[in-house]
Amino acid sequence: MTRQSLQPSGSGTWFGLLLALLGSAVLLLIVAPLLGIVLATSVSDLSRAAADREVTESIKLTLLAALAATTVSAVAGVPLAYLLARKRFWGKGLVLGIIDLPIVIPHSAAGIALLTVIGRQSPLGKHVLGGGLVGTTAGIAVAMAFVSIPFLVNAARLAFMAVPERLERAARTLGASPARVFLTVSLPLAWRGVLSGMVLMWARGISEFGAVVIIAYHPMTTPVMVFQRFNDHGLRYAVSVAVLLIAVCVTLFVVLRLLSGARDRRGDHA
Amino acid sequence: MLDLQSIGVRLGSFELADVSVTIEAGEYFVLLGPSGVGKSVLLEIVAGLIRPSAGRVLLDGRDITGLPPEQRGFSLVYQDYALFPHMTVRRNIAYGLPRARSARPAAKRRAAELAELLHITPLLARRPETLSGGQQQRVALARALAVQPRLLLLDEPLAALDTNTRFRLRKELKRINRELNTAVLHVTHDPEEAMALGDRVGILLDCRLHQVAAPQELFRRPSDPQVADFLGMRNVLPVGRVDDKICHICGVDIHVSSLTAETTHIWIKPEEIILSQEPFASSARNQFKCTVVEWDPRGSLLAVRVAAGDLSLVALITHASFDQLAIEPGRQIYATFKSSAVHCF
Repeated sequence: MTRQSLQPSGSGTWFGLLLALLGSAVLLLIVAPLLGIVLATSVSDLSRAAADREVTESIKLTLLAALAATTVSAVAGVPLAYLLARKRFWGKGLVLGIIDLPIVIPHSAAGIALLTVIGRQSPLGKHVLGGGLVGTTAGIAVAMAFVSIPFLVNAARLAFMAVPERLERAARTLGASPARVFLTVSLPLAWRGVLSGMVLMWARGISEFGAVVIIAYHPMTTPVMVFQRFNDHGLRYAVSVAVLLIAVCVTLFVVLRLLSGARDRRGDHA
Repeated sequence: MLDLQSIGVRLGSFELADVSVTIEAGEYFVLLGPSGVGKSVLLEIVAGLIRPSAGRVLLDGRDITGLPPEQRGFSLVYQDYALFPHMTVRRNIAYGLPRARSARPAAKRRAAELAELLHITPLLARRPETLSGGQQQRVALARALAVQPRLLLLDEPLAALDTNTRFRLRKELKRINRELNTAVLHVTHDPEEAMALGDRVGILLDCRLHQVAAPQELFRRPSDPQVADFLGMRNVLPVGRVDDKICHICGVDIHVSSLTAETTHIWIKPEEIILSQEPFASSARNQFKCTVVEWDPRGSLLAVRVAAGDLSLVALITHASFDQLAIEPGRQIYATFKSSAVHCF
């Protein structure tokens, strides 16, 4: 069967036109600035930025710190997602709420809140972390993890929920322990969703400015560098760095869409 | 082998009370009941996937009520097969087998053996999503049998299949039970399936186990009218006043040759009732003038409901008789059946 959708008669009315117009306004809001910044950048500015060691170092730092945040979070966050997808327990609603908190907290405030735990003067920072994580790559990773972990946990939770529980039950009766069922049935079937959650978390970590700038101005992540160049040198110097950063994020986003797109097509067969 | 002792469970508004039953080694036991009475819940209790709120599960006299499913050695087959979609048929079948490197050749051989037993050898390299329903169910059975279960648990295993496939797999199930001598606990809502497969059948109605008996015994002696009704036995009538081989029911006298003092119900098989336009002389002792109430098709036959006073009976007739008698609601007609055709219980 072709993918042509069946339209009811009269779909070309003024209401349809209104929907199209309003929708275009939304698209314009997103596309116009992106198009604007690409048009405002000359190739020479871009290549100068790409050759600038300070810029490339900062992009590397940003990618790696966000990747570290994602990987470490996944180790604890994926089992948590499985727990939330499968078990019913007292206080589960509260746990789900806590997971979503970082999305609603202003990120600069989140950075300040983090300082009270990993800052120089905090008990943990003073006695355990040897002077706190302020101004370190580890500190940057923690700030990134704080603001982006809900994306990983929620995506993984939905992925596990989509795995039929009967498969796990059948596996148990075949002699598999709960741990083996998780590793051989649940995780392999949910991995696409888990992976797209990780990519989403990584992308979100890379783009974080508010929380990161409070924990560490130096070493400088790329979002902080965009801000610093704009403040100190003006628009022209900020634009090329910004375009580079946007290119990195868009690439990640395309990978993400490919991952979830493949999952949707699988879903069609079910 | 397996004893369920006074099993009770409460899940939300759903309740199952005081189920006790014993399943013998090698036996094919069918649990029969309408949907929503807790048959599947009982099966998952036996599997160890749900903990009962009351009662005990014993295996060879040992209490296994709290034993996790993976240590019980019972494998479960679901109605929707529950095959692992990310594994080939071969890996599905071998899932429950030892997976140490040294055990792999043996596991592969065992998977091949089972594929042969269930006639799915050509499918070993395929993925479940490419198989038909019947093929998937064969794979699910092979996977469950691979672990050499003490007891094979089947949850409506044939319900999702088309008629022909269902009949073929039904035979396979019986054959597997006999050839491997594996005990089976099979849950179904289909009385015909239960009768065809079960060495014994347990009837679960209103969340309670009403009767456990061999299939023939169930029809000969249903424990109560609900069981008879669920088995599709029409014309089961409670016996009131009795005079020497005659019972008076709803103002009508019915001759019953096998009537005894213990009889509480009689059953007149619908196919034993003859309908005719005029009364006719015969050895049959029971003949009533009735009115046709309604009719509806029942397979290749027609079920006609007639009323004689307050007595309501269903007769099964052929389409030819239906046309000949010009059956329509309100029509006057005669119903005839032998006194020896009436069963008592």
